[in-house]
Amino acid sequence: MSVRNIALGILFLALASLPYWMDGIFYINVSSQILFYAIFALGLNVLVGYAGLVSLGHAGLFGVASYATGFLLAEGFGHTEAILVALVIGVASTAVFAALSLRTTGIGFIMITLALGQILWGLAYRWISLTGGDNGINLHGRPAPFGISLQSPTAFYYATFVVFVVSVVAVAIFVRSPFGAALMGTRDQPRRMNALGYHVWMIRFIACLLSGLLTCVAGILFVYYTQFISPQALALTSSAEVLLMVISGGPATLLGPIVGAVLVVVVKNVVSGFLERWNLLLGAIFVAIVILMPEGLVPGTARLWRAAWQRMRRRADAAGTPGDAEPKP
Amino acid sequence: MTFWLVLTVNSITFGGLLFLLSAGFSLIFGLMRIPNLTHGSLFMLGAYLGATLTIGLLYVTVNFWLAAILSGLMVAAFGALTERLLLRRLPGDQLAQVLVTLGISFMIADVCLMLWGGDPLNVETPAGLGGFLRFGALALPLYRLAVIVIAMIFAIALWMLLDRTRLGAMIRAGVDDPDMARVVGIRVSQLFTIVFALGAGLAGFAGIIGGPILSVYPGLDQDMLPLALVVVILGGTGSLLGSFVGSIIVGFIYNFGQALLPELAYFVLFLPMLLVLILRPQGLFGRQVP
Repeated sequence: MSVRNIALGILFLALASLPYWMDGIFYINVSSQILFYAIFALGLNVLVGYAGLVSLGHAGLFGVASYATGFLLAEGFGHTEAILVALVIGVASTAVFAALSLRTTGIGFIMITLALGQILWGLAYRWISLTGGDNGINLHGRPAPFGISLQSPTAFYYATFVVFVVSVVAVAIFVRSPFGAALMGTRDQPRRMNALGYHVWMIRFIACLLSGLLTCVAGILFVYYTQFISPQALALTSSAEVLLMVISGGPATLLGPIVGAVLVVVVKNVVSGFLERWNLLLGAIFVAIVILMPEGLVPGTARLWRAAWQRMRRRADAAGTPGDAEPKP
Repeated sequence: MTFWLVLTVNSITFGGLLFLLSAGFSLIFGLMRIPNLTHGSLFMLGAYLGATLTIGLLYVTVNFWLAAILSGLMVAAFGALTERLLLRRLPGDQLAQVLVTLGISFMIADVCLMLWGGDPLNVETPAGLGGFLRFGALALPLYRLAVIVIAMIFAIALWMLLDRTRLGAMIRAGVDDPDMARVVGIRVSQLFTIVFALGAGLAGFAGIIGGPILSVYPGLDQDMLPLALVVVILGGTGSLLGSFVGSIIVGFIYNFGQALLPELAYFVLFLPMLLVLILRPQGLFGRQVP
């Protein structure tokens, strides 16, 4: 039983019982936000952390799924059809996105995803006949799976929680699978992986699809949560926020993006209560994290913890050794 | 006919502005391998600074051209400071560079919103260029023609700088092979600051020159940055000719797209980028990086 497993167990129990100890609808809603942003961050982390491909266009994919859901519902489709078709559209967009951006890696990948994300934002903003432009699309009502209405904040929280747990388990299995190992291989040594007979491009492409699927799931939860979707959700700021979650928490860790989501959503909600300048703070946090703790909060804290633990052990050893040494003449 | 001619002039004008913006972006990217995501913000910062100077600050009103040069210099100084204080600490770490430049761009956007508010600022067309050049039924705004001339002058000056001077030769050497350049005694680190300041200054200058056409508004940075990216992806990094041709292409597509397919203007931009990525990933005039 490692420290990590105990921490995960406590986290799970705390989240599962959250509506019972968390006071007030506002905080339950913030918790739902944290969970679907955590799904989004987990999805982005598959690319940023495990594949070493930094995407600055993921808010575009998130938005495609949200808009598709909103549009289909407005056209009179049922919830099940809307969600399924939105997922298909989202993953298909991801495939196009990936096919274009995977022509390069490194900075090239960042720039192409950024440009693609901005193009999707531009479409949402200007293609008024489809998206409603700046006015966005309003939704009416949430789905009721198995006859349970998700209208109340608590019910919606639990639905998000279930999807969240499934996503975390899926990512955990994915990372530990041979495919996950191959993906990390393509991140660290693409040429050797190629020489070993792995299809590097295809491995990266599949990682993109998984990342896109999680992003779209988060997008659909988002649109049902806010009941509204506007181009703001696709802006570069949104992509950057999610990237901040991954980077601040610690890329290539399971817990990192979740911690990052908690940090960003809480700071954003708390700060926007009494300060208008969220972007200024976001930018400053970005710069500070990169300069001060480039490996992220989770690995950074783990490193400090391990160092402190070793120092304590060494001190205990140092205290014990003279006693052992003394009997010798 | 008139419609098409006016559209063509507008496209070339916009292409010229884009060239001023993206030449620096491309050089910074080519020389330092830094994807400078503050470039759109530097454009906007230059526009706001210049607009403030022309409108008047503390009862001092400055001539438009002087304001353009001053704001270009201020933005250049800002760029040099960023490079020296922040980017210098992160050599070779592209992810960190992307994040830091992105963080700075958010901060610039928010500070601009705080200082200048959310309403667009209109920049007056400089005196003497408010009129039209008339050919029969055709009337071309003088200022747009002036922008084309300015962009041409800068293109030639930059080409002379890169191709004919010692500094230019050192920059080209740094773009091609930074390690070899260091070995033969070129102080590449100093070049970095110079190129960064030059690129930032050009972006700021482009911002105020574009002011009378585009006006200055919050979000201008996010409108311009993707255009610069598309130009660089099209033209190839580190190539002046690439930025020039890329800018003109994007200028045409953007203006014709907006006139003919207003709802899809942003989307149409992406088609040439797509073609180039498929057929020639290093860009039209880029060289394959070894």
